[in-house]
Amino acid sequence: MDKLLTISGSPHVHTDDSIRKIMFSVIYAMVPAMLVSVYFFGLDAIRIIAISVISCVVVEYLIQKYLINGGMTINDGSAIVTGVLLAFNVPSNLPTWIIIVGAIVSIGVAKMAFGGIGKNPFNPALVGRVFLLISFPVQMTSWPVPKPLFSNTVLDAVTGPTPLGILKEGLSAGKTVDELMAQMPGYLNELIGFQGGSLGEMSALALLLGAVFMFYKKVITWHIPVSYLLTAFVFTGILWLIDPSQYANPLFHLVTGGLIIGVFYMATDMVSTPMAPKGQIIFGIGCGVLTILIRLWGGYPEGVSFAILIMNAFAPLINTGFKPTRFGIIKPAKA
Amino acid sequence: MLKTFKLGGVHPPENKISAEAAIETLPIPKRVYVMVTQHLGAPSVALVKKGDDVKTGQLIAKSSGFISANVHSPVTGKVFKVDDVMDQSGYRKPAIIIDAEEDSWVDGVDNSGDIIHAITLSRDQIIQRINEMGVVGLGGATFPTHVKMMIPDGKKAEYLIINGVECEPYLTSDHRLMIEKGEEILVGTSILMKALGVSKAMVGIENNKPDAIEKLTGLARNFKGISVHALKVKYPQGGEKQLIKALTGREVPSGKLPIETGCVVDNVGTAYAVYEAVQKNKPLIERVVTVTGKAAFKPSNFMVRIGTPINELVEMAGGLPENLGKVVGGGPMMGKALMSVEAPIVKGSSGILLMPVEESKRVDNKPCIRCARCVSVCPMGLEPYLLAQLSKNEIWERTETERVMDCIECGSCHYTCPAGKPLLDYIRLGKNKTGQIIRSRGKK
Repeated sequence: MDKLLTISGSPHVHTDDSIRKIMFSVIYAMVPAMLVSVYFFGLDAIRIIAISVISCVVVEYLIQKYLINGGMTINDGSAIVTGVLLAFNVPSNLPTWIIIVGAIVSIGVAKMAFGGIGKNPFNPALVGRVFLLISFPVQMTSWPVPKPLFSNTVLDAVTGPTPLGILKEGLSAGKTVDELMAQMPGYLNELIGFQGGSLGEMSALALLLGAVFMFYKKVITWHIPVSYLLTAFVFTGILWLIDPSQYANPLFHLVTGGLIIGVFYMATDMVSTPMAPKGQIIFGIGCGVLTILIRLWGGYPEGVSFAILIMNAFAPLINTGFKPTRFGIIKPAKA
Repeated sequence: MLKTFKLGGVHPPENKISAEAAIETLPIPKRVYVMVTQHLGAPSVALVKKGDDVKTGQLIAKSSGFISANVHSPVTGKVFKVDDVMDQSGYRKPAIIIDAEEDSWVDGVDNSGDIIHAITLSRDQIIQRINEMGVVGLGGATFPTHVKMMIPDGKKAEYLIINGVECEPYLTSDHRLMIEKGEEILVGTSILMKALGVSKAMVGIENNKPDAIEKLTGLARNFKGISVHALKVKYPQGGEKQLIKALTGREVPSGKLPIETGCVVDNVGTAYAVYEAVQKNKPLIERVVTVTGKAAFKPSNFMVRIGTPINELVEMAGGLPENLGKVVGGGPMMGKALMSVEAPIVKGSSGILLMPVEESKRVDNKPCIRCARCVSVCPMGLEPYLLAQLSKNEIWERTETERVMDCIECGSCHYTCPAGKPLLDYIRLGKNKTGQIIRSRGKK
C-alpha cells in the first residue's frame, strides 16, 4: 500500500464540543440580560457593552501580537465573555475611558499576565470590576435610575441608590428594615428588573433564563450555584429569624444586587474554580458566607465580587484537599 | 429505571452501522499469519517448523506457563515459515505462516450445526478442556479463560457475569453473535457456571440492542440460573469493573481482581468459544470480526479464521476507499491505530474500523480551561487533567498517590476534552513509568 495511515493513540473519536462552543454558549446565555439592560438604559447600555467587548478583544489581540509569543486565542470567544461580564458589572453612565481601563486590567493584568486563557487564577471580569470600584468609587457607585424604553414616566432623579445601598445606609442611620423596605421596589419588581444597579444586575429573571440555558448546554453544573445560593439563603435566614428589624428577609438578599449574576456567571467560571464536585460545593459555601459577611458587616453594600475573588484564591488549595469520589476505594459492602 | 454504573461515563455517537449485517463466513485465505502469542501472559512456544504439514485445529504453539494459552492451526496446509511479522500494535513478533490448502479438520471435532445441551464433563475436565483449546477472553484483553476459572484460595465466586454490553461505538460482533448464536452462548454460560461452581449468571446487554435482549431473555427461560439484564447505554459499561458495578452494585477494590466482589466476568464471545471447545471439542481458531466505519463501503460482520490478514476482510467489505485516513483494530475508543492493513487477525480482534481522512486527524490542542469535564466523566473517579500534567512534568511520586494505576484507559477524558488535550497519551506514559517504579520497588 502506498498510502500512509494516520497513527495515534486511542480514543479515535472526539466530542464535537470545543472551547469556542462553550464560550459562545455563555455569550448566548447572557443575551436576555443584555436585552433587559438595553430596555432600561437604552443607548448607554449598548455603548458600555460594545466598548467593553471591543476593548477586551483588542487588548488580548495586541498582547498576543506584540508582547507574547503563542497562538492567537481571540477567536475562542473568551475575551468576549469577559467583555460582556465586565459591562454587566458597571453602572450605565460610566465614562467610556473608565471602561477601557477596566478592560485593560481584566484582560491584560488578570488574564494575559498569567499566560492567557486557562491560566488565570482569578476571574478576569471581576478583577477588572473590583479594580474600577476601588479606583473610581464615585463613578462606579452612582447608578442611574432605570428608565424603561418607550415609557413616558418623568423621573425626578437621575441617579439612585441600589436596594442594598439603601439597606446598608439606612441601617447604619438607625432605621429598621421595615421602614427601609417601603422605599424599595418590592421583590417582584426586583426579580423582573426594576431595581437600581449595574447593567447586568437589573433583572434576576433574565439572568436565570440564561442560567437555565447554560445548564442545558452543560456549561455549568449545579454544585457551585446551589451551594452558593443555599448558603446565602440559610445564613441570612437565620439572622432574619433572630432579628427581623435589623436583618432583611433572605429572599431580599437573593434577588438584589449582583448575587444572581455572581452565582451563575462568575462563580461558575471554569478556570478559576475547583474541579471536583465536592470542592465546588465547598467553594460555593465559602462564596455564600463571605458575600453575606461583607453585605452585613463589611464596608461595601455588596460583597459578591470580593467573595468570589477571595474564594478563587482558595481554588488550588481546595483542589488538593477535596478529591473526586474514587472508584474502588470505599470498602465494598459485605455481601 | 435501567441499571448502569454510577461514576462518570460518556455517550459517544453509537454508529452501529453494521448491526443489521448477518455474520458471513469469510473464505479461507491463501496464506495465514498466526501470531505465536495471542493472549495476555507468558508467551507461547511454536511447535511446528518450516515445511511441516498441519491440519485445521492442530496444536501449533503451546502454552508455556500458568497464565498462557495454546494456539491451533486455523487452516490445513504447509508451514511456509516461522518468522517475525508485524502485529496490530506495529511490533514485529513471531508468527507461524501457513499456506492453506483444502480445509480438513483434526479428528474428534464436531463440525455439525447441532446444539448440544447436556454438559457431561466434570468441573476439572471443563477447565482442562478450555485450557487445551486455547480459549482466551475475546472481549479484547485476551486473558486465558481457564485461569479465570480457577478461583484463588479463600475466595468464592458468587456470580458469573456475561458481558454482552459492547459499549464501543461501531462494533457489532458481539451483538450479531448474541442474535445468531444465542443458544450456544447460554450453553457456554452454563458450562462456565459449572466450572466456577456458581448458581447464578447475569448477562448484561446495553439497551441499544433490544433484539439481542429479547432473544437472550427468551432463550434464558430454559436455562437455570441465567438472567438477562438490559442496561442503560453509557460508555465504558463494558469495562469489567463498571459492569460489575452496574449489575451488582459492588465495587472492585483498587488494585484488586473482580473475584474480590465474588464476580467473574466473561465476554459473550468467550462463552461461545467455551461452548465450541467443551461441547464440540473445537479449538479457538475463528471469531466474529466487524468491519465498519464511515469509510467502509459495506459494513459487515465476518466469521474469520485467526491469522487472516486484515486486508482480506476489508476486500470482502468493499475494499479500501480512496479517502482512507486511519485503520483501527478494535473500536474507536480503545482500539489501536494500525500501521498496516496486512497485520493478521488475532484472538482479541473484535473489529476493524476504517476511518476517512477527515475523521483521522486529532482536533487542535488548545489550552486547558479547567472545565473539569475530564473529572466528571472519569469512571474511576480520577483527575485526568492532573494525571496528564504530572506525567508530562514527570512527577512520578505524585502520579502514584493520585492513583494513576487505577486508570482503565477507556479514553473518556480525551474524548470529552473541549480543548482537545491528548490526556490519555500522557496518562498512559504515567502509568507505564509509575508501574515500572512500583515493580522495581517490589524487587528490593
